[in-house]
Parts: sequence; C-alpha cells; structure tokens
Amino acid sequence: MKTNRIIKTIFMVDFITGLIIAIKKVFKSKKTINYPFEKGKISPRFRGEHALRRYANGEERCIACKLCEAVCPAQAITIESEIRSDGSRKTTRYDIDMLKCIYCGLCEESCPVDAIVQGPNFEFATETREELYYDKDKLLKNGDRWESVLAKNIKADSPFR
Amino acid sequence: MIYINIFFNEIYKILFLLLPVLVSVALIVWLDRRVWAFVQKRKGPNVVGPFGLFQTLADALKYIFKEIIIPASANKAIFILAPIITLSLALIAWAVIPFGNELVLSNINVGILYLFAVSSLSVYGIIMGGWASNSKYPFLGAIRSAAQMVSYEVSIGIIIINVLLCVGSLNLNEIVLAQKNVWFIFPLFPMFVIFFISALAETNRPPFDLPEAESELVAGYQTEYSGMMYAMFWLGEYANILLLCALGSILFLGGWLSPIEIYPFNIIPGAFWMIFKILGLFILFSLVKAVVPRYRFDQLMRLGWKIFLPLSLLWVVFTASVLFYLDMLPTTG
Repeated sequence: MKTNRIIKTIFMVDFITGLIIAIKKVFKSKKTINYPFEKGKISPRFRGEHALRRYANGEERCIACKLCEAVCPAQAITIESEIRSDGSRKTTRYDIDMLKCIYCGLCEESCPVDAIVQGPNFEFATETREELYYDKDKLLKNGDRWESVLAKNIKADSPFR
Repeated sequence: MIYINIFFNEIYKILFLLLPVLVSVALIVWLDRRVWAFVQKRKGPNVVGPFGLFQTLADALKYIFKEIIIPASANKAIFILAPIITLSLALIAWAVIPFGNELVLSNINVGILYLFAVSSLSVYGIIMGGWASNSKYPFLGAIRSAAQMVSYEVSIGIIIINVLLCVGSLNLNEIVLAQKNVWFIFPLFPMFVIFFISALAETNRPPFDLPEAESELVAGYQTEYSGMMYAMFWLGEYANILLLCALGSILFLGGWLSPIEIYPFNIIPGAFWMIFKILGLFILFSLVKAVVPRYRFDQLMRLGWKIFLPLSLLWVVFTASVLFYLDMLPTTG
C-alpha cells in the first residue's frame, strides 16, 4: 500500500492521468454558446415577459375576472373593468409592474381564457424603471408580436395542464 | 557622431527584439485563456478579431484608459517603481536568448548567469509592490511570493549546474550547440521535470499561485494596483513565463536546433524551432493550470526544500561522477 503510493508520487501517475484527460477534453465539443448570436433552447413552459393574447378575430381574450390580480403573490397586477355596450366585460386598465413581478407563472395558470401568458422573451431590459411599468397597450403589443410562438407553446404544454 | 551611430544601431536591434516579444506576450495571454477554456469545454475569448486574437489588445486598451489609483498611505515612489521594475526585468532578460546560431541581441559568455541574475531580481518588483501598497493583503502576498521564488530559485540554480556540467560553458549559444547529438531532456529527464515544476512555482503559476490566491489574499501584491500599472505587472508576469519557457527549451530541448537533422527539417530557420518549442512548453504550462488544484503553502515549501533541493543536489553528484568515470567531462571553457 505504502510503496504503491510512493511509486505513484514519484512517477506523478495521478498528475499525468489528469493531463491526459484534459488533453482529451480539448477536442470535445464545446458546451458554451456565442450568446447574443445564438441562443440556448428554452422550454415551452418558459416564464418570460408577459403578454395579453387576442382571439383570431382581434377581440381581446381577457374578461376582467381579476383572478390573476387576486392570485398574484407580489401584487404586481392592477385591473379596472367596465361593461361594454354589447354586454361583454372588458378591462379598461391592465397594468403589470414588471419590477414587482417574481415570474412565478400563477397569473398564467389562473387565467380561464389563456389571456395573460408568459412568453419566451427574456431580453426586455430597459434603461429606466418607468419603462418596466407595463400597461395594457404594451402587453397587447407583446401578445401580437409573439402570438405564433405563444400559441405553439400553449399547445405543446396543454397535455400536462 | 559615432555614439549616435551606435545608439541608432542598437535601438533598431532592441526594437526588433522587444516588439515581437511584447506582441507574443499579448498572443500568449490569449492562448492561455483559450487552452484553459478548451479544457473546460468552453469556447474562450473568440469575439475580438479572428479567433479572438486581439482580445488582449482590447484588454490592454481598457487598462490604458483606466484611472491609476495610488493609495493615500502608499509609498508613492516605490509604488510606481514596482511594476516598472517587474516589466523591464522580464524584458531585458530576452537580450541573451538565442533564436538561431549567433542570432541574439548580445552574445555574452556568461549568458546563463545573466538570465539567472535577472530572474532572481524580479522578486524585487513584487516585494516592492507589496510593501509600498501599505496594505495587509499585498504585504502578505508579497511575503509569500518572495519566499516561494527564493526557494524555487535554489533548485533551478542547481538544475542549471547539472546542464552546465554537461556543457562546460555558460554561453547560451554553446549550451544549445552542445545538444547537437542528443537533447539534454533525454539524459537529464528527472531534472527537466523538476525544472518544469520549479518554473511553475517561480512564475507564480497554478498550482503554486499562492501569492495571488483570490480566496485568501484578494489579488496578492497586485491588490492596490489599477490601470496601466496593473497591466504592467500582468505583462511582466507573462513575459517571465515566456522567458522560463525559453530557458527550458534552451537547457533541455535543444533551443533552436531542429529535432531531426534531415532535409526538410534542417532548412527551416532556427528561430522557428525555438518559437515552436517555447509554444509547446507554454501549452503545457496552461494545461497544468487547467488541471491541478492549488497547493497549500507548507506543502509548497516542503516540496521545494525537502524534495527538490536534495534531489537535484544528488543528481549533480550523480551527473558529475558519471561524466568523470566515463571520461566525458567537457573540455571547452
């Protein structure tokens, strides 16, 4: 046992083994990516920037049930509503304070009409705080921008809901 | 008039040596980071310029434009002098490194002694920087660094004696020429291994980078430095690493000699082989950096004084007796 160890030390067996492993690793494929130019894959369940979706005919999905406002643990959502002339209930105000939001995804889960969703976008850093107080316009715009991806993601995740 | 002539002649020669050395230091920093990244399956710096080659230049530019902060309680003159000494000592040593037969800035007949003296002096830059900062981490880092460099210089010196016994000359050119038949790495292989490990310790490279151990000493003797002064320490460090790679290739790997004396190899100029060997040794340096964990300080001292020093001393006796009894003692010098 002891002589074995001395021989190992003198001939630096462990060190040379490590060196050989290192040289082998040099020729393996690289695990990092050139981030701004290529992006890693994200799951359909990814909880990124919020968006308000519309129906195919352009009508807003949100029915102002305020479930998301109630469930939001950070109380980041503020909703005001009215009854329209056609008898439907719609929001007049739908604000999310993205600075308060903890991206837990409870709003998305509570929504009965899949109106508020968290999309795949995670690159929405801004230079001022004010830009991160999202209002209804901004959220609907997000919805229009990401609709194709959002619909695909919701469909991909639906069997597990 | 004659002085002006000499002045301009020498300046041109010095620039011809220093600029390639500084450029290769920049490239070697890139290579170091790149090899390190590759071992860890990362890409490493690959954005600035082709393959990220200009990364170091970009870093250097950043350092130039940064503010130089001199601590209020620091000893100003010595604080400023320390990085200058480190860098200039690392650079003047290159004057005697031969890149081909007689292709050397100054072919002095005690070249190896000069190299050894200059590399011993470089500890002053570190100890001055650490002391002048007037702060605890730099001071501790400098003490560690000085102790470490002094201990390992002893074993490097004795290893050099081994080689000198086989050569019979202190001239670097003759040391290279003495390896015409067989490189010294073959008869003196254990000495090469000890030299390599001592070189790692001498240049504060992992696994012996205790003076810069981040978790204990922040950045060692460089803690209080910023801007261009930090960059000068950093350049000096890498120039020193390159220098020890060059010394290793001269002492053990046949310097600018080509590996095989047959047709396609022996028309390639010696400078190419020299650079090739330096690069090979450097890649080994950076691979070691990627592989090994850091030594504890008492382990480091034990390795230097209790193992390397007696071993290399014994080997001197062994080499001398073999040369004496086989009647192979060199007659030159």
